[in-house]
Amino acid sequence: MRTSVQDMIAQSKGKKNKKFIEKLIPVILFLIASVSVLTTIGIVMTLIIETITFFTRVPITDFLLGTTWLPFSNKEAQFGIWPLIVGTLKVTAIAILVAVPIGLSAAIYLSEYATDNVRRVIKPVLEVLAGVPTIVYGFFALTFVTPVLQSLFPEIKIFNAISPGIVVGIMIIPMIASLSEDAMSSVPKSIRDGALAMGSTKFEVAMKITVPAALSGIIASVVLGISRAIGETMIVSLAAGSTPKFDGDFAGSIQTMTAYIVQVSKGDAGYGTTIYYSIYAVGFTLFLFTMAMNILAGYMSKRFREEY
Amino acid sequence: MNTATIKTNINTAQPAAETAQQVEKDSVYSTRQLNLWYGNNHALKNVDLEIGENEVTAIIGPSGCGKSTYLKTLNRMVELVPSVKTSGEIQYRGRNIFDSDYSVEELRTRVGMVFQKPNPFPKSIYDNIAYGPRIHGIKNRKILDEIVEKSLRGAAIWDEVKDRLNENAYGISGGQQQRICIARALAIEPDVILMDEPTSALDPISTLKVEELVQELKEQYSIIIVTHNMQQAARISDKTAFFLNGEVIEYDSTDAIFSNPADKRTEDYISGRFG
Repeated sequence: MRTSVQDMIAQSKGKKNKKFIEKLIPVILFLIASVSVLTTIGIVMTLIIETITFFTRVPITDFLLGTTWLPFSNKEAQFGIWPLIVGTLKVTAIAILVAVPIGLSAAIYLSEYATDNVRRVIKPVLEVLAGVPTIVYGFFALTFVTPVLQSLFPEIKIFNAISPGIVVGIMIIPMIASLSEDAMSSVPKSIRDGALAMGSTKFEVAMKITVPAALSGIIASVVLGISRAIGETMIVSLAAGSTPKFDGDFAGSIQTMTAYIVQVSKGDAGYGTTIYYSIYAVGFTLFLFTMAMNILAGYMSKRFREEY
Repeated sequence: MNTATIKTNINTAQPAAETAQQVEKDSVYSTRQLNLWYGNNHALKNVDLEIGENEVTAIIGPSGCGKSTYLKTLNRMVELVPSVKTSGEIQYRGRNIFDSDYSVEELRTRVGMVFQKPNPFPKSIYDNIAYGPRIHGIKNRKILDEIVEKSLRGAAIWDEVKDRLNENAYGISGGQQQRICIARALAIEPDVILMDEPTSALDPISTLKVEELVQELKEQYSIIIVTHNMQQAARISDKTAFFLNGEVIEYDSTDAIFSNPADKRTEDYISGRFG
């Protein structure tokens, strides 16, 4: 007669290496998980140290309050961050104006109106749009959108804030549409049925029930979209120009924080120069912006969370 | 805006239909040869039913017999299921609800519905009740306040929630939520209220409250209630229809159904031999 199953289990439990592996696994997993945390800490530390070096050469007040960004000037270089922030905000504002209406409309259509078949086709297409490399979007802005805009409004220059703004907007549409659609689809059907049974039209249900109920997710998607627009680099480097300006001009060349970093990194300044350290200060500012946006997204999604 | 006048207007809106069809004078709904298919599944078979005014009509039957399907056909919510096909007709106040010029929104404004599970909107209690009047164009805050109070009183829940009208409706108990949903339906002063197993997710005390409420509401409204609880049907309804496999087996006064059923299958069901 063979030994009972319980006996076999008892035998195999007694094996030493099984216990050892059980103890080792969490240690290995912890070390691997630590890598990402340590990398983040390392990046932030580098940013902070190099930024502090920059501020030993340029007073922090000049950096934060100055409205002229002239790092390459032979006479007197000026490092007032505001022109770069204004450039970034111009592109971001246009991107949001493009992406929020289109992204939300797409999300409402997909979650409230589209049949399953339509959704099965459109959602992957949206995700393909999210996978297009940003350099391709950059060429699209420079070689297609800008000429089209110029033919409509001749005062627009070859480098401007509008064309990259529109294209950055197109880039973040899938993100806003997809995340908002997820939020709206998770509103229970029973709640929609309740509204339809009151004699609501589909559009009334979408606008007065589904969108408010999904508001936390929608706002989070928009804030994350803003965060990506602020951090977007290739499109603005190719199509926005490199003229830091502290004004309200959208039609001419501007420069964003990211585009400045690219410009310097391409080799315009040597290691150890003030210009070299300035990219860390600009990078740190950018980091603060996107971090603030991500924290805001987290806060918003808690603040507007509807219970159901 | 007085509520009594609105109701009278609705009730006297079709004098022609009433004189033309004397037999159906007291009918809110008359269903003739209704068939319904979910794809290839024949869910309702040649249903004929007259639903009386200011009565509670209970629909009973085992799971899958078509009772909920029939109820949802009365306000055409069943059409939200893809691949539904119907034939036959349902006259509501003398008008076929399947007519192409009869919009579902118009029908559902007259016919309210309470669902199996409480489904308040993720909004404040006040906004839940004011939702119906608002989408139908009533914006005046004073009138809305009146409607909200009247509806909550009508659903016997005013005293419990009057101090927390601005709190989220999901913060109250399930039984209270269900009465909020009834109040929400009352807010547009419908003619008929459809109830789809409204107490199946509730505890016994909440169930009792809802049942008492149904008794009060039938003074003003015609109520059609689907229930799998036969005692409940016996307690609260005036008429009972017994559905089995998509057919109406028997339809009579509740007393007759429960004391002296004509059909053997009805007797078997109400005595608990199946279902």
